[in-house]
Amino acid sequence: MVHLTSPAFKANAARALADAGLQRALARSKPQFQAKRAKAAAGLPEFEALRDVARDIKNHTLAHLDFYLEEYAAKVEAAGGKVHWCATAEEARAAVLAICRAAGARTVTKGKSMISEEIGINDHLEAHGITPIETDLGEYILQLRREPPSHIIGPAFHLNREDWEKSFRESHTELPPEREFRERRDILTEARTLLRRKFLAADVGITGANFLIAETGSSVIVTNEGNGDLTQTLPRVHIVLASIEKVVPTLEDACVFLRLLARSATGQDFSVYTTFSTGVRREADPDGPHEYHVVLLDNGRSNMVGTPFQDMLRCIRCSACMNHCPVYQAVGGHAYGWVYPGPMGSVLTPTLVGVEKAGHLPNASTFCGKCESVCPVKIPLPKLMRHWREREFERHLTPPTTRYGLRLWAWFAQRPALYRLAAGLAMGLLGRLGRRRGAFRFLPFASGWTRGRDLPAPEGPTFLAAYAKQRREGTR
Amino acid sequence: MPDPRPRVALFVTCLVDLYRPTVGFAAIRLLEQAGCEVVVPAGQTCCGQPAFNSGDRRTAQDLARRVVDAFLPYDYTVAPSGSCAGMLARHFPSLFEDDPTYRGKAERLAAKTHELISFLHDVRGMRQVQAAYRGIVTYHDSCSGLREMGVKAQPRALLAGVSGLSLVEMSEPETCCGFGGTFCVKYPEISIRMVSDKAKDIAATGADTLLAGDMGCLLNMAGRLKREGSAVQVRHVAEVLAGMADKVPPIGAGQE
Repeated sequence: MVHLTSPAFKANAARALADAGLQRALARSKPQFQAKRAKAAAGLPEFEALRDVARDIKNHTLAHLDFYLEEYAAKVEAAGGKVHWCATAEEARAAVLAICRAAGARTVTKGKSMISEEIGINDHLEAHGITPIETDLGEYILQLRREPPSHIIGPAFHLNREDWEKSFRESHTELPPEREFRERRDILTEARTLLRRKFLAADVGITGANFLIAETGSSVIVTNEGNGDLTQTLPRVHIVLASIEKVVPTLEDACVFLRLLARSATGQDFSVYTTFSTGVRREADPDGPHEYHVVLLDNGRSNMVGTPFQDMLRCIRCSACMNHCPVYQAVGGHAYGWVYPGPMGSVLTPTLVGVEKAGHLPNASTFCGKCESVCPVKIPLPKLMRHWREREFERHLTPPTTRYGLRLWAWFAQRPALYRLAAGLAMGLLGRLGRRRGAFRFLPFASGWTRGRDLPAPEGPTFLAAYAKQRREGTR
Repeated sequence: MPDPRPRVALFVTCLVDLYRPTVGFAAIRLLEQAGCEVVVPAGQTCCGQPAFNSGDRRTAQDLARRVVDAFLPYDYTVAPSGSCAGMLARHFPSLFEDDPTYRGKAERLAAKTHELISFLHDVRGMRQVQAAYRGIVTYHDSCSGLREMGVKAQPRALLAGVSGLSLVEMSEPETCCGFGGTFCVKYPEISIRMVSDKAKDIAATGADTLLAGDMGCLLNMAGRLKREGSAVQVRHVAEVLAGMADKVPPIGAGQE
């Protein structure tokens, strides 16, 4: 499982801000994602209307989640598949391992799956003598480097080209060391050649699912590399790893999301590959798995139903929120310290690992609201982060300096006459002290502010004092 | 037919009250030019946003009740801040989910609360201001004003009528400056990084003046520009629109 470093968010962030390579990578990805998404959204006249439709479909599904999950499971079984209901990450790991063992698996190919990160399946399989092989290019290099993903759809976006070349040379020692990497394609070709053998040799293929369709029992994956298709088509056994909120009622509903997903994620109209899988290979099918398993994970999500955090279960993991988040753009995904980064992670991570460990995440936001404005399913992310802050405050998890500062400020703000007096004295003093230079380079108790910026000096008398004076003197 | 001379309660906002009284007087002048009778309800302190965004719901509710009681009697409430106006207009009702009395009052107040510039333009139909300002300005879209209150075109439309003024856009005028209320002191490294990026964007425009509609963002950006030794002058947009830029030095500028 991804090692949890969310409690050290501040230290993580400081390290990330000082990491020149990471900053270069982040600077590159930002204009790319934002401009492309804007163009794709503008190119589809009904894009905004689709966001409402998508939100409503998810809300309806979540309101009847038990019904749709049962319908989905029945359809999967009718198509010859098997559903493994897993309440916890541990149960899911055990289910996957049992399937792999029953298949006598030695190697397992994997398509991209965030749930596989959430439950830490790679370490678990390795610990039991089974070799997992990531086949998404980004996940592949992260596996070589033993790093967690830093982004949902671009897991290795924190790396630069020289990092790729270095890792490939260090790992692919069987290839001639004098080979050259002139362009991106050379990296791609090397990975493709090596992965081809792994695809053919794998005993089991594990993929995630972007959607599960109740009406048909199908799982849907979208990729740009086609690796997911080879992962789920070639091996004898296909395991779909998915969480319960992935279910949508009908094929038509899934199509609404497909129209939003790629546009929100990469700015493509559609991903290169969109594949629907239903059950096991039938008599007349030229290919497909002999066994089709769905490991269906709850891991705390059903507890979110009926709470304010239910809205978070609408998330389709498009990454638009992090692609548009100025905090994510500054510190990158690893600083968040767990599987899910950016605004969606700041809401989801506390529900999955506990707010006492992930408390920084919902606080490390300016509430600028850009994430909510681009979310294809209109999740009120700032509002949900604020809900976490409220829970932290109620449970006395808010840092003492913040609590005391807030209490002192509130005490004055609730007593207007005293507030006026204190504010008048303080601003008068600051105004006089700062008049010449206009700003302070340093002020006691304000080091967080003055570390990298001056604090402008106030004009002097407060507005309400000046206004009252004008009224008294009859000039107003 | 809109009220010919509505009574507008000015929600001064704590930062304008404490830091930049001229903005409050500029707001009064503009509202009067727009045909309003301006009242400044006594006893106002703060909209409660610091408490609300720190998770202290009870304090936020208490402060919100005071604001509701003080401002509900007037035809409109107007604030020279998208952030504080957004607190009243978008968040107050949600504070009273279990209090039907105040829920109703908060909703009525929310419906008649506006950010200053959008009120002048959209509600009062102001299209021309009586002001001159010599300079090239760039305008930062503060997040709450932009995304909660729909403030985008109105300040630009009114600035276009200021004689001597020309506007150049940043490459990312809608990107957060990194203020974020208590965020700026809770996560100073990230905040400073964000405001440094903003300062670069401002410098790249070649503008000599930065305008925005929220004191929090303005203090943050002015503080960073000053630290960098930038000569860019920073002002609240209302000061310029009211023709009061000569009344007070730019934010963070001294008299030396």
